[in-house]
Amino acid sequence: MKKNMLPELLLTFMKIGLFTFGGGYAMISMIEDICVEKKGWITHDDMMNVTVIAESTPGPIAINCATFVGYRQAGLAGSLTATLGIVLPSFALIYLISRFLDNFLEITVIANAFKGIKVAVGILILEAAASMVRKMQKKFLPRMIMAGSFFLMVLINIFSWNFSSVSLMLTAGAISLAVFIGGGRKRKRGEGK
Amino acid sequence: MIYLDLFLGFLRVGCFAFGGAYGAIPLIREVVRSHGWLTDEALTYMIAVSESTPGPIMVNLATYVGSRQAGFLGAVLATAAVVLPSFAVILLVMIILRALLQNGYVQAVLRGLKPCIIGIILATGVQMLASSIFAAGDLSVNVRSAVIAAALTGILLAVRKFTGRKITAIPLIILSALLGIIAYGV
Repeated sequence: MKKNMLPELLLTFMKIGLFTFGGGYAMISMIEDICVEKKGWITHDDMMNVTVIAESTPGPIAINCATFVGYRQAGLAGSLTATLGIVLPSFALIYLISRFLDNFLEITVIANAFKGIKVAVGILILEAAASMVRKMQKKFLPRMIMAGSFFLMVLINIFSWNFSSVSLMLTAGAISLAVFIGGGRKRKRGEGK
Repeated sequence: MIYLDLFLGFLRVGCFAFGGAYGAIPLIREVVRSHGWLTDEALTYMIAVSESTPGPIMVNLATYVGSRQAGFLGAVLATAAVVLPSFAVILLVMIILRALLQNGYVQAVLRGLKPCIIGIILATGVQMLASSIFAAGDLSVNVRSAVIAAALTGILLAVRKFTGRKITAIPLIILSALLGIIAYGV
């Protein structure tokens, strides 16, 4: 562990916390940029694993990611520092808004700037997804699961079906597990002959 | 006692909020309404504010409700409570992660989860972009947002072509805020 790791973790995650608009998925592209490509703190595979873990555990993805990277870099102190860093900017901002700015969204400049930011967040999320698709295993099953969950998710949102992304993920996990167990049986039978 | 109520209420949100902020909204609504902390109108407004400010929506809501109900200490307690479960869970997972990830069955499940999440992320991106370019009711095109999207994509591609590097998220966000102000006025 480097000596000055804690201040660096704090500052890096404060920066990420300050610029993460639009929720968890936008955050993934930001963490990829900074923690995987720039700093080399974790690998792309780590990032994919932590995304899976973050999605299957409760709480905001951003917090899960910060805790994960912080722990990897500097143990318990690191995970505390990174988590504190990611929460601090929005905490300060929301605290100020709750005290002094009750009509925050009625300020025209802020509302208009946000219309632009909303477009950028969409692009960032798409970019993150596209880079994950490029790095995905080029096999039949993962591709089918990917395409299937994409179309289902779009349909779920268009028709506001009462089917959460959690159930979708559980189904995908179950299918993959079933294929694995089925494949294992076949292999064993093959060996028996 | 309000401090304890805030802490326990948001601890519950943090513990059971699966599937990201939007999946958590029904649970948050249940908690804040059962204590009379926010009305439905105030909650809708706060979700909009949380979306327009950086940081996870759940955490922002906790800070706001805590501060409104019990000042600075309330804000700290509610925020800590909503963060605590995911922090603790990741620490636990990290400690048993190595052994767990080697397990064949766990790997099989993960192999299914990863492409599924990629599909969900892709769908979310498409929808976010679509919702800012097309109007909700009649699907008419919002010209200004479409121009912003075209400009941002153009700049992204141009920078990649001429410098060989990609624009990172932070400059892109700042640029998009400026474009929003230019396109929609001050």
